[in-house]
Amino acid sequence: MTDIIGHILIIVGILFDIFGCIGLVRFPDVYNRLQASTKCVTLGTILLLVGVALVSGVPATSTKAIICAVFILITSPTAAHAIAKGAYASGVELWENSVVDKYAEEIQK
Amino acid sequence: MRRRVDEEEVMITLFYIGLCICCFLCLYRIGRGPSAPDRTVAIDILGIVIVGFCAILGLVTGKDFYLNVALAWALLSFIGTIALAKFLEGRSFDD
Repeated sequence: MTDIIGHILIIVGILFDIFGCIGLVRFPDVYNRLQASTKCVTLGTILLLVGVALVSGVPATSTKAIICAVFILITSPTAAHAIAKGAYASGVELWENSVVDKYAEEIQK
Repeated sequence: MRRRVDEEEVMITLFYIGLCICCFLCLYRIGRGPSAPDRTVAIDILGIVIVGFCAILGLVTGKDFYLNVALAWALLSFIGTIALAKFLEGRSFDD
């Protein structure tokens, strides 16, 4: 039973990874790509690591996989935030059909 | 018994193919990306995908050290991404 749940989690995680990477290729803008790919790939890899921890019954492997999942959960949004700020500061334009730019209004104040 | 082993082999091959598709899509964006932040995003995503790949390898081969490789890779990928983001922002590394 644990094996089946673990394999289902791994399959769902890999599907989330593939969708995130398709978003990374298909979206028109740095910020759109960032928001599509980072969230999908973070969730997918965390599901994959939890599935690996469930399938392998060894306690050492499961502990390392859970530690890895928690580490990715903490660091990936931080890295995405830093990249978005860096991209805006380096002068990358928004997509031409974007409707709102709150960060520019915040800087203007 | 025989059939069970075949199903597992098919599933492992599907895992490898899915993760390879992710890696090649990230590599396409690294090569094609019009600006530097695009490439930085793609490098970050590629690092996270490779962490998952190392976990799958450790599960399939039964070796324990692939998870250590995954932990070290996640840490180094995070530090590299933060350094690249600070460089993009136009600041030096020590403020």
